[in-house]
Amino acid sequence: MMIINRNIAISETGFVFNPINGESFSVNPIGYEVISLMKENKQADEIMQYLLANYQVEPETCRKDLEDFMGMLKHHLLLEDKE
Amino acid sequence: MKTKNKRKLTIGVTGLNAIDSPGPGIAVIRGLREATSFKTRIIGLSYESLEPGIYMHDLVDRIFQIPYPTAGTEPLLSRLEYIHEQEPLNVIIPNFDAELFSFIKLEPRLKQMGISLFLPTLKQFEERHKANLLDFGKKYHIRVPFSKIIYDPGEVQRLDKEFSFPVVVKGKFYDATIAATPEQARTCFNKTAAKWGLPVIIQEFVDGTEFNITGLGDGKGKMIAGVAMRKQYITDKGKAWGGISIQDPKILALAEKFIRATRWRGGFELELMKDKNNELYLLEINPRMPAWIYLAVGVGQNIPEALVNLALGQPVEPYKDYEVGKMFIRYSWDMIVDREEYEKISVMGEL
Amino acid sequence: MEKQRYERPVIKKLETGMPNKFGLRSEYVPITHIEGNSVKELLSTYGSPLFVISERTLRQTMEKARTAFTTRYPKVQFAWSYKTNYLNAVCSVFHQEGSWAEVVSGFEYDKAVALGVDPKKIIFNGPDKSQEDLKKSIGNDSLIHIDHLDEFYTIVNISDKLKKKPRVAIRVNMDTGVYPMWDRFGFNYENGQAWDAISKIMHSKKMELVGLHCHIGTFMLAPSAYAIAAGKLADLAHAIQQKFNHEIKYIDLGGGFASRNTLKGAYLPGIDSSPSFDDFAEAVTTALINGPFKTEKLPLLILETGRALVDEAGFLLGTVISNKRSSTGRRITILDAGVNILFTSFWYDHKITPAQPFTHYTEETIVYGPLCMNIDVIRENASLPLLNKGDHVVIHHVGAYNMTQWMQFITLRPQVIMIDMNDKPHIIRDKETLGNINAVEHIPEHVKTLPR
Repeated sequence: MMIINRNIAISETGFVFNPINGESFSVNPIGYEVISLMKENKQADEIMQYLLANYQVEPETCRKDLEDFMGMLKHHLLLEDKE
Repeated sequence: MKTKNKRKLTIGVTGLNAIDSPGPGIAVIRGLREATSFKTRIIGLSYESLEPGIYMHDLVDRIFQIPYPTAGTEPLLSRLEYIHEQEPLNVIIPNFDAELFSFIKLEPRLKQMGISLFLPTLKQFEERHKANLLDFGKKYHIRVPFSKIIYDPGEVQRLDKEFSFPVVVKGKFYDATIAATPEQARTCFNKTAAKWGLPVIIQEFVDGTEFNITGLGDGKGKMIAGVAMRKQYITDKGKAWGGISIQDPKILALAEKFIRATRWRGGFELELMKDKNNELYLLEINPRMPAWIYLAVGVGQNIPEALVNLALGQPVEPYKDYEVGKMFIRYSWDMIVDREEYEKISVMGEL
Repeated sequence: MEKQRYERPVIKKLETGMPNKFGLRSEYVPITHIEGNSVKELLSTYGSPLFVISERTLRQTMEKARTAFTTRYPKVQFAWSYKTNYLNAVCSVFHQEGSWAEVVSGFEYDKAVALGVDPKKIIFNGPDKSQEDLKKSIGNDSLIHIDHLDEFYTIVNISDKLKKKPRVAIRVNMDTGVYPMWDRFGFNYENGQAWDAISKIMHSKKMELVGLHCHIGTFMLAPSAYAIAAGKLADLAHAIQQKFNHEIKYIDLGGGFASRNTLKGAYLPGIDSSPSFDDFAEAVTTALINGPFKTEKLPLLILETGRALVDEAGFLLGTVISNKRSSTGRRITILDAGVNILFTSFWYDHKITPAQPFTHYTEETIVYGPLCMNIDVIRENASLPLLNKGDHVVIHHVGAYNMTQWMQFITLRPQVIMIDMNDKPHIIRDKETLGNINAVEHIPEHVKTLPR
């Protein structure tokens, strides 16, 4: 299973810093919420439930966008394998 | 000088990219900081998060990012309105060629907001454009190298009818390469066209010594300042890394003629070439102060200060003299910056 | 508790040298209404995609152009360029505003006549005028602008047969310092072709040379080129006066004024860099007034401006079909409006704005149309707010050429509406139907039966 890299620093402004390779990112507020939930070890399903409860969005769109976002986190090497 | 009654002016400055091919912003700010006729609060206006000037807190009081010129004048104006609410600006000094068009267009509206600029007119700005240099020379009787504007690769084949080699192949905005043969000219044409688009400018190669002069015109034909310099060391990017102030009456006379004929308004730099017969050619007109403007300050002509006073409609006495034989030597300097500052400018767009 | 408006989560790498969101945030203002009509309601009423023409913008733009020229020159006539947009409603607005018609084919000619335009106020341009077209237009006493000598000889023949003296002009091409030089139309000025054609016309005595015409290019950003063109035509007119003691009634400078669109590869947006009508008018009228004419003998100035009059009045409304990613991780947004109806996206970076509120977060996006065809790209790179499936967008400045060059490819062409001066929408062209397309097709008997 992939989880968010523990060393990632994220601030409320949406600034994400990866100390391993020195790369910086910015996320939008909903992206900040998702990463924060991931840091609390929430699973994808739980995160989706949270989004559906708080935002006006269809489950299909939400699932697709969440998978896409996770894909981008992986692409940017912000995820790691959990042993 | 009575310091306690001096006005305090808030001045916005762009061009904070004090890198190896530097923008003039930091040099301009140093001049403003040394002004004797006013005190300053400097608002840096940046485009990118790594412009070194953003992090030079001893020179720049506050930073705001502004939109790229490609976004158009409306987004720029609304951003400047926001900045003006936070930090009421008296003057803005834009230092990039690419942003001048937008600022010239906005000048009347900024004036209404109480922000003064001192820029060339749109006509002056367009006329001095690289592609128009030949006409410029004809119109004002200033010697310029022969040049031709080329759109069609087929025309490159026929260059030998009008030019003797080598020639200089220039991009519409930037870049100049010397081509020794028609074959090289063809390659340069293709490369330049691919990078900067059409047209490409083919210019007569003038063999000689390069000189530069920076100055300030009051918009009515009078030269307020003028300092000539010879580059002593040139980087691989063609930028001066060291230079010395000189006083060649021919060069000063040319700058004066340029200002008188065009009624130039604002700062400028002329790039000149003196050939073997001691004839001066005007190669390029930069419609703003150059990155080496602090040399002018250092030899006694504070051009940034005079420009601000002209912008505010204050009377400015022309500088008459400057110290000859003074040098500038550029150096680079590693600052230590906290990530939080980079984060703030990146995410919030201000610091 | 009310749920919040959803926006998809995004992460953007901060790269130096890249404009961040502050560089671009105010580029987008949501356009939720067009002339008082909600985009959402228009699309639910008329379907998506949808072309919208603002009558108010048409008339206001026309007024700006007219004022720019008539305040500087005593005799000015606009002629509406049909090829730019020949929807009947659009042409009619321009005719109500006093424009003549400028047509380049028999089809356009018939369209203008059918709309009730006085044939004497139709200018017939272009290289392809058939024998029939010429007979008809000569019979109607329309203004014929000769493009080549073959046409001249055809006109000589027809005028003999009809015992009529057609009113003609010649199209002149010339070097005005712009590239490319349009030398495929008309007769060249510099090499003497134009003077040769003029002499032939004058010696033939079969037709009346009433005007001189040129059209130097398209999307011209240099008003000075029009000054050169006006000067050269004025010199020709003067030479005709000297040699033949014949007075040229009008000088037609054609069209080509740039609109406020942004050409691909341009550094500055067209909205800032395109010259205004005042800039063009100043250049043209100064050249004519300083020309060889006596004040009371100044010729009529005809302008065939199309693009600059109609582009801004046209909007294309569309809907997001899907968001996906390319193999290299780039964001892709697919709209239901493609190059089949937005031909001009081949040469402009059309401004696209969302039609609903959004945050300032953006993503670099490739905007594709819906066609199953690789070239269907609306914007190769646009920094767009985060649009959801089903969200609406407004594509700006699409009034010129799209409603004439559109293709019925794969799908049917959408409805076009015009919003009037009181903000009331009117359908001015129905959505095409399968019936429209099939109505003009025929199947040979022997291929009609399909295997069971």
